[in-house]
Amino acid sequence: MNEIHVQAPGLLTTVQDLGREGFGPLGVSPSGAADPVSLRLGNRLVSNPQGAAALEMTLLGGTFLFAQRAIIALTGSDFGATTDGMPLDHSSAVEVSRGQTVRVGSTRSGARCYLCIQGGIVVKPFLGSCSTHLLSGLGGYEGRALRKGDVLRIRPEIAPFRKRTIVARASEQLSPRKVLRVTPGPQSDWFPEPSLQAFYAGMYRVAEESNRMGLRLEGQPIARESAGDMITEGVSIGAVQITAGGLPIILFVEQQTTGGYAKIANVISADLHSLGQLRPRDEIRFEQVEWEMARSLLQEQEKLLASEDLILE
Amino acid sequence: MLKPSADATRFQRASDQSLLVYFGHQITLEAHDRIRKLLRLLEMEPIAGVRNLHPAYCSVLIKFDPLHRDHDELEQILLRYIEGLENVSLPQPREVEIPVCYGGEHGPDLNEVSAIHSMSPEQVVALHSSTSYLVYFLGFVPGFAYLGGLPEALLTPRLATPRRIVPAGSVGIAGNQTGIYPVATPGGWRLLGRTPIPMFRPDRNDLSFLSIGNRVRFMPISPEKFAALERA
Repeated sequence: MNEIHVQAPGLLTTVQDLGREGFGPLGVSPSGAADPVSLRLGNRLVSNPQGAAALEMTLLGGTFLFAQRAIIALTGSDFGATTDGMPLDHSSAVEVSRGQTVRVGSTRSGARCYLCIQGGIVVKPFLGSCSTHLLSGLGGYEGRALRKGDVLRIRPEIAPFRKRTIVARASEQLSPRKVLRVTPGPQSDWFPEPSLQAFYAGMYRVAEESNRMGLRLEGQPIARESAGDMITEGVSIGAVQITAGGLPIILFVEQQTTGGYAKIANVISADLHSLGQLRPRDEIRFEQVEWEMARSLLQEQEKLLASEDLILE
Repeated sequence: MLKPSADATRFQRASDQSLLVYFGHQITLEAHDRIRKLLRLLEMEPIAGVRNLHPAYCSVLIKFDPLHRDHDELEQILLRYIEGLENVSLPQPREVEIPVCYGGEHGPDLNEVSAIHSMSPEQVVALHSSTSYLVYFLGFVPGFAYLGGLPEALLTPRLATPRRIVPAGSVGIAGNQTGIYPVATPGGWRLLGRTPIPMFRPDRNDLSFLSIGNRVRFMPISPEKFAALERA
């Protein structure tokens, strides 16, 4: 087994894959990469299965010593990574020699940068997934964010190095959005017309307390009709809940599985990865789309992600 | 979007990859029974493309792969399942006893709850541990059981300001609910006590100590017994 030594962990670095579905009846949410599109792209660049476990770094990256030669790719937001002081290409497969150190800098645009390594990170799967669920301390590397001195095990590489990069046009199409497209939430009719108008016209700021469980937003509070009490019910990823104070919370990858707030809208599947790139103080808006549109946007995105033209060799 | 169908079942799109099935809009044993039967049926005869299920008091959120299913198609399949619910039989409810150390450092709100209801702490403990509660479903965080059946005399509003951290195992009440925090999380329930029994056990096959449909009784224990059980 190959190894990577964590010399500095960064602000919040976790092992993530595409998460664990199917355990909702036990109250376990899927977790997984906050920006699964970037994880999949990185894994494709290094010839891994698209859901191989990789590192998710948040706002500030870490420093990693490679005990063996490795093929890696940095995707998501460009945190300005270097090796031996030389800049490393972003969104490209690159070769790292034995004993080299990769130092990942801090955010230049979005919240998350992924480090994918050929072979994938090896941790004991929990409920079929290697992703870390921080809230409950489960999965990933000992159920927690990485610390200085941790040693990650890497499956020895299998494919030869090929210089690969993501086609610029594809990167652009998949780049995160600040105008989030939504479909109506299950309680959207609990909100009077002026509230709905205010919600779709308003600019919201991502609050500091946002995390992988949910994104808290600041802005114009949304008034609800004095309708009956909500009975706790199952909630979907991307649900936009309006809390008692009228401010929205978007449920995210480590979401609670059930909740008692009214949902005004739900971020469409094709835009969920954009949530993973939002930073505190970023400003966003919501735009309503038809159900059919939500569906075709996702189909388009998946078609692009599966296409041969995505990668330039 | 709202489609009334047989037996007050109602479908509601929750997102482009999920559908809510409501069995009425009240917390009733009938709705609970139908939810358990639907879960059982979906377990025995899974629907291709269904990825996850989030049961609750009177609804189930069904998450599906939107590239291979759409809402209408799923509704049609589910209607057939729902028509067959009568024929699904449920096992006898399992009865579970949970030891709880009430008051003191383990139950920091016991005295205040007693004061709110003009009772002695002993009376609150006696009342809380006098009855059997039903696990309506697990949700919120891994292994958290929503328990119904809190005696009316104990109905208590939640804390005005939630605690930043509630220790795992804490037993609390809020409104007409009572429950046990499986992991340390922020929380606004009033804490009466704490159990040394882990509610979520990632190293075991039966991950959650409690399951949907279980009957739960709380058994008061001393701080010494708590410490002994916690070590075990």
